[in-house]
Amino acid sequence: MDMILNVHNVSKTYQSGNKKLTVLHDISFTIEAGAIVAIVGPSGSGKTTLLGLCAGLDRASAGTIEFNKMRMDDRSEDERAFIRNRYIGFIFQNFQLIPTLTALENVMVPLELQGEKHIRPRAVALLGKVGLADRLHHYPAQLSGGEQQRVSIARAFSTRPKILFADEPTGNLDDETSAKIVSLLFELNREAGTTLIIVTHNSELAESTQRIIRLKGGHIIADEPTSNTPLAV
Amino acid sequence: MSTDQLLPDKKPDIRWLLLMAWRDSRRNRSRLVLFMSSIVLGIAALVAIFSLSDHVRNDINNQAKTLLGSDLVIESNKAADSSVQMMLDTLGNQRSQECRFASMIYFTKNNGTRLVQVLALDGDYPYYGRLETVPVEAGTDFRKGQQALVDQTLMLQFDAKIGDSIRVGELTFIIAGTLTRAPGRSGLSTTIAPPVYIPFRYLQQTGLLQKGSRFNYSYYFRYDDQTAMDKQLAAISPVLESKGLDYETAESRKRDTGRQFEDVSRFLTLIGFIALLLGCIGIASSINIYIREKIPAIAILRCMGASTKQTFLIYLIQITILGFIGAVTGALLGTVAQQVLPFVLKDILPVQISTSVSWPSVAKGIGLGVILSFLFGLLPLLSIRSISPLYTLRVSVEPAPAWRNPWQVLLFAAILFFITLFTRLQVQSWTQAFIFTAGVLAAFLLLTAVAVLLRGMVRRFFPSSLSYLWRQGFANLYRPNNQTILLVVTIGLGTLFIGILYFMQDMLMSRVSMSAGNNQPNMVLFDIQTTQKAAVTKLVEQYHLPLYQDVPIVTMRIEEINGKNAAAAKKDSVSGIPARAFEGELRVTYRDSLTNTEKITAGKLETKPYTPGDNIYISLEERYANHLKVSIGDSILFNVQGALLPTIVGSFRDVDWRRVQTNFRVIFPAGVLEDAPQFYVLVTRVSSNEASASFQQAVVRQFPNVSVIDLGLILKVLDEVLDKIGFVIRFMAGFSIITGLIVLIASVYVSKFQRIQETVLLRTLGASRKQLYMITALEYFFLGTLAAGTGILLSLGCSYILAKYSFDASFSPSLMPILVLFFSISLLTVAIGLFNSRGIVNTPPLEVLRKEV
Repeated sequence: MDMILNVHNVSKTYQSGNKKLTVLHDISFTIEAGAIVAIVGPSGSGKTTLLGLCAGLDRASAGTIEFNKMRMDDRSEDERAFIRNRYIGFIFQNFQLIPTLTALENVMVPLELQGEKHIRPRAVALLGKVGLADRLHHYPAQLSGGEQQRVSIARAFSTRPKILFADEPTGNLDDETSAKIVSLLFELNREAGTTLIIVTHNSELAESTQRIIRLKGGHIIADEPTSNTPLAV
Repeated sequence: MSTDQLLPDKKPDIRWLLLMAWRDSRRNRSRLVLFMSSIVLGIAALVAIFSLSDHVRNDINNQAKTLLGSDLVIESNKAADSSVQMMLDTLGNQRSQECRFASMIYFTKNNGTRLVQVLALDGDYPYYGRLETVPVEAGTDFRKGQQALVDQTLMLQFDAKIGDSIRVGELTFIIAGTLTRAPGRSGLSTTIAPPVYIPFRYLQQTGLLQKGSRFNYSYYFRYDDQTAMDKQLAAISPVLESKGLDYETAESRKRDTGRQFEDVSRFLTLIGFIALLLGCIGIASSINIYIREKIPAIAILRCMGASTKQTFLIYLIQITILGFIGAVTGALLGTVAQQVLPFVLKDILPVQISTSVSWPSVAKGIGLGVILSFLFGLLPLLSIRSISPLYTLRVSVEPAPAWRNPWQVLLFAAILFFITLFTRLQVQSWTQAFIFTAGVLAAFLLLTAVAVLLRGMVRRFFPSSLSYLWRQGFANLYRPNNQTILLVVTIGLGTLFIGILYFMQDMLMSRVSMSAGNNQPNMVLFDIQTTQKAAVTKLVEQYHLPLYQDVPIVTMRIEEINGKNAAAAKKDSVSGIPARAFEGELRVTYRDSLTNTEKITAGKLETKPYTPGDNIYISLEERYANHLKVSIGDSILFNVQGALLPTIVGSFRDVDWRRVQTNFRVIFPAGVLEDAPQFYVLVTRVSSNEASASFQQAVVRQFPNVSVIDLGLILKVLDEVLDKIGFVIRFMAGFSIITGLIVLIASVYVSKFQRIQETVLLRTLGASRKQLYMITALEYFFLGTLAAGTGILLSLGCSYILAKYSFDASFSPSLMPILVLFFSISLLTVAIGLFNSRGIVNTPPLEVLRKEV
């Protein structure tokens, strides 16, 4: 299997006044294409920071991050934006839909940024797939939390990304809705064959991935496969 | 994969950007329209002024000859002697003459008296345009008999009707018509000196042509052929100069009138420009808050892969379109307002103004609006460049302050440069442009500094012991996203404008009124002939009036200063003696003591009476001496109606000109001028309007050539003049004030969005409507009082400086208007704040969140 993500000796330090705060210490791991990985850990362990660095939303203070054999850390913000648009999808805990755009438009935006033509049918089909065929023209404020997260999932898969980062995708949802969202996420992921990295507190969700990276105090304290790994299956 | 493949597409897709700009504006359009409206009035004011200037220029061109009423006018302050008359008789194809002077007239029907400007007219003047009268034919027919044309304000004031009679000097005239307009005369000039036309042939019989009185003669000429006029003018120019005669052609009058109006127009443009700047600050501030609200959406776009340029352009398109719509709306409104301006300015302008649409002015206004809203809008937009996509995962740190961003510093510089450049186009020099820009900047900075200081003080000395509602109201002044600085600057500037206008008008009026204090003289009688002096004094005594001054006046001209006559002074640029020093008549008195309004600042006043053979030591008013560039001991040769009189400058005096009494630039010692032709001025005091009227009637009846000025008249004229000029300024300043109100409404509206979450939370926790209204009212009351207080304090400071250094007057404003201004503006702010928040307070919390978020 090809490596899609290679994180090597990555550290992240924030300057707060005169104080330096290191939230990630010498993190190294690799992820194979098509894998489903969970990053877990208590609050303040550095999970979200690590996700931000891997997704090219931020720069590491030290170490290197290679995505799809491309160095991420020496690129400009606009080059990283281009990579995110072409190869990376996002799902957020608080959905992060643009409030002034309808559900359909929110899904179309990443494709429009790619300069693709005839994208509407694809976006409509994706929203149909997540069960929102009758909510195309609703604004985020007119949708429930679960519906908003479905739009977010449809948007994430719209560009057929190579890797998908999900930050606490069920964090703002009730158990029943969470279960539906997780099942939808895994189903679409299986169909697209995308690499999926989930940051979560939800141990049940983590256990349903193939591998769990455990963080504590900015260090990896465990990196182990689950019973769902292809080898284990 | 190579790096090249990863480089983003450099060309942004314009269609998509426009689409996103449109989509993003959804749910915000009413707010965007409100932001935009901040600049509408500024643009409207400027387009109205630009259009007016455009029309005035064209109208002055088209009505050039009507301004003068003839092709050429030659003016003199004395009747033409035989050689001049011979020369005048050779000029033009048609000739008219006019003699102008101040005199009392007497309305026989109701015993009314008034000082007016009498114009004795001979010939068919005006050759271009006409004396506009009611009835129309009176403008020409009054010349046929012993008839007069009387200014319409006088007719109204004295309830006079056509057919009534007036007495001018010793002669009675029938009023043939009401004069509504005369060539080249503005409403303002008729307020100061209302005109009364009489036929020239009766002038002698009025008995007013006394020696010493001030008469101006105008000789009007019409030419069939312009080149003939130019040729004749070139030939007689040296003679005119040597005889001290001035001339004006239709062309030069056009230039002068154009120049005078340009000054007015530039001044009004600057007032309009301030309104626009105020609006632009409102825009910058509103967009700043708007963009802060957009940070999450921008971060999502960045996360989805939009480049910095793409996200920046989406909002740049929004503000550019916003600015364009604002500018176009402003231009439309300005074109409508321009229909009103000729009415507003009718008393100042001597020409009839057309009111068609001026497309160049509309284009100029739109261009200015787009550029300024673009520059000011760009300020907050630059922060978009630093919004990180990481914001989607966690709220990142606040953007760096503006002064740390080199682009923003550059943009500030560009804005200041543009303001200076625009101002330079309105004023005479770069220095004035820099002073204006620095003044505007200083006012902004000062208001900002006061706001920051007061905000800091509220925070530092926070009244923790007060109840929750008061604490919440106070805390809103300094909490994140507060509106303190914006509101203090905008409302403060509006208040500053109104304050200065009011205080200056009040100061000028009270300066004149104060001089009418108890036991101060308030009436001046002038043009009293030597033969009348005793009788007039007796009349004053009969009316039991005090005689404050009884001053002889001799008219003379300066012939030489330190041995240099007018021609030599003109050639000699080193001496600095102005050529005008030799022109015009001087009114001089003689005495051996100082009055209570004078003090010697250099040299010594000659108190010993002159004896033949002595040097004649004169005393000069200090500023006049500076003007003449003379020092103590210099020599001045006077021409006293033909006789040459050598003198030496003996002393300088500082004179307080503000009192109602005679003051002189030149004083001769006693014993020199006693036998020269002279007239007298008498200063007295009347205790009431009734006493004034009855005394004036007696004077006019017995001494028709004697003119009377009473302080009541001066006050009335001053009030009317200030009112007319003030109306124009208030009209233009109104644009700034209304802009300030719109910015206030926009700011309060924006803050409503920022406070939604908090208000909803308070509602959810059980806060009553009354409590929410109370918090809002307190917050806006603090803001309103802070802004109005700062604006008033600044306007008091500016007025004090203006009073001290420009008007040389003491400044003691009354408390009541200050309180009225303070509470009006504070309460207006509260009212707007409460009105804007009623939607949130009256609607259930969840509904608000669903609708607004």
